[in-house]
Amino acid sequence: MERTTIDLWVGVFVALGIAAIFGLALKVGNLTSSNLGDTYMVTAAFENIGGLKPRAPVKSAGVVIGRVDSIHFDNENHEAVVSLKLDKRYTFSRDTFANIYTAGLLGEQYIGLEVGGEETNLKDGDKITHTQDAVVLEKLISQFLYSKASENKTDTKAVE
Amino acid sequence: MADNLVEINNLSFGYKNRLLHKGINMVFPRGKVVAIMGGSGSGKTTLLRLIGGQLVPTKGEVLVDGEIVHQQSREKLYQIRRKMGMLFQFGALFTDLSVYENVAFPLREHTNLPESMIRDFVMLKLNAVGLRGAYHLMPAELSGGMARRVALARAVALDPSIIMYDEPFAGLDPISMGVVCNLIRSLNDALGATSIVVTHDVHETFLFADYIYFVSEGVVVAEGTPDQLKKSKMPFVHQFVHGEMDGPVPFHYPAGDYRQEMLRVPAL
Amino acid sequence: MRRMNHFFQAIGHRMINGIWHLGAGGRLFFYVALYLLESIKRPRLIIKEVFATGVLSLLIVIVSAFFVGMVLGLQGYNTLQKYGSSEAIGVLVALSLVRELGPVVTALLFAGRAGTAITAEIGLMRATEQLSAMEMMAVSPIGRVLAPRFWAGTISMPILAVLFSMIGILGGYFVAVPVIGVDSGAFWSQMQANVDFQEDIINGVIKSVVFGVVCTMIALFEGYDAPPTAEGVSRATTRTVVYSSLAVLGLDFVLTSFMINV
Repeated sequence: MERTTIDLWVGVFVALGIAAIFGLALKVGNLTSSNLGDTYMVTAAFENIGGLKPRAPVKSAGVVIGRVDSIHFDNENHEAVVSLKLDKRYTFSRDTFANIYTAGLLGEQYIGLEVGGEETNLKDGDKITHTQDAVVLEKLISQFLYSKASENKTDTKAVE
Repeated sequence: MADNLVEINNLSFGYKNRLLHKGINMVFPRGKVVAIMGGSGSGKTTLLRLIGGQLVPTKGEVLVDGEIVHQQSREKLYQIRRKMGMLFQFGALFTDLSVYENVAFPLREHTNLPESMIRDFVMLKLNAVGLRGAYHLMPAELSGGMARRVALARAVALDPSIIMYDEPFAGLDPISMGVVCNLIRSLNDALGATSIVVTHDVHETFLFADYIYFVSEGVVVAEGTPDQLKKSKMPFVHQFVHGEMDGPVPFHYPAGDYRQEMLRVPAL
Repeated sequence: MRRMNHFFQAIGHRMINGIWHLGAGGRLFFYVALYLLESIKRPRLIIKEVFATGVLSLLIVIVSAFFVGMVLGLQGYNTLQKYGSSEAIGVLVALSLVRELGPVVTALLFAGRAGTAITAEIGLMRATEQLSAMEMMAVSPIGRVLAPRFWAGTISMPILAVLFSMIGILGGYFVAVPVIGVDSGAFWSQMQANVDFQEDIINGVIKSVVFGVVCTMIALFEGYDAPPTAEGVSRATTRTVVYSSLAVLGLDFVLTSFMINV
């Protein structure tokens, strides 16, 4: 029957659709990188997380090794507690440093881990104690302005 | 078993306030070919739709095989319709299906026959209308008369006990007309069916019909066998049968006095 | 004063008419839904309609997608390079396509290509009494004609939308990388880092499924409801495009506001 050509075309059509969704998933989307495989969770407390968001990358030496799982506010200590989901393949010492960095001047914020010197490693549920807050641009600018202002004062004094 | 396969009792039907039918009574005996004749717009086609249960009468009832059509549930109505075959005015063939598939359509929808049997049935029906060789054509490739015959083959695919024809001769050349005319009679007798033919072609109808109803202004104005009607002295029947221009059915649409209208000064 | 009255009358008339249409369309949707399960048991009919709605729309969708992608690439590059972040062009192209342009433009093209075809076909079937003939053969036109087309539209639309996105991204790539000279690695990696499978791609697919249901339903209703004359069918075809486009753009806003947590 002549319908077989129609079947063929519809088959091609559906196959194209499936190929496209796979293409989107693998080539365009982050399905590959968001699937970390086996993970373990650690937490870190920050005074100020700036614009950090859930699902932001966690990097060490520039390589993505995990993602921010959730962020919530600890009402007792008045600080932000960030849960990090790290790949099981990578281990970090207990005195690892967690910093919040910004990618580029206006880019997204991510967490960078710097390994310390201790022998024992972080386990699931541990807390990273050494943290450094996000750089807040407003603070930076006001600091800069104050220092400029005081510089100016000393300058005028020197002229006098 | 009732003697009359289809009965129409005191049927009234209309859209909004205008009544199209005003108390019509008709009977269609088993095995007969009955024609319903009347001028254009006298609601003949609507009568077929009422019999098929596509419309609900305002008053009165239609009985098919002793059952009141418009009171049936959907399933029951579909069951009744499977006993009916209808030939639409211009065939109403499915334009996206070939001739073969058109005739096979009712078989595929209502039976689980294997393909080989469907093929036999389809070829049988197409042969009966003389178009076995055209099974591979699409409806667009058929002439009006051929399309009508294919539609007829489709209408009788399930061997219905009632066959309805809606203007089977409209727009056909004399040869096709004769062919369809013969088919109506022969199919009716071969299938032992009852045929209801809606038409206004006097000459052909008088050749094959067993009984004829004349409908005008929503009522049955005359009825009888062709012979009785030919001899009828009723002015309407006389005008209709002989195709006279003026008579009980006036040539002019109701209007004011011609002379006066011509003399009237246009309002400025 | 009288003119004012006429004006308000006309508005009222239109509104009542619109609401009547909405109700009748809803009722038809309900009837179609009743036949959906039954209809899926006859995949042949659906395949035939997928060919008519999906496969025949492929060409227009692919060509438009490639051009839309190229335009996005050009425009995006032009703006982004002012801020020195021309590598972000991949993100821009991918996000615009996957989230918005893919589903929306595909739906608009679909309404113009497949929707009108459906309306005209069903309108003609009514005008030539094919639907009545089916009724008289004890076959429900809603089950036999409408339901398979509904399935086909609902299946075809997401496939077309995904293809549109993918080919649009390739179009953007074509302009950005070989023509303008953006780094190929940066193009893809920035894209991958910022396009989320769940939030962007799946949400886009959900949108296109909704658009598929709505566009197909509008096309079916307009065809089924069309007056059985040449003029009636042609008017119904126009209405299909107008209503589908409005519905798609309006629904896009509603769906987007559900999907973006502000």
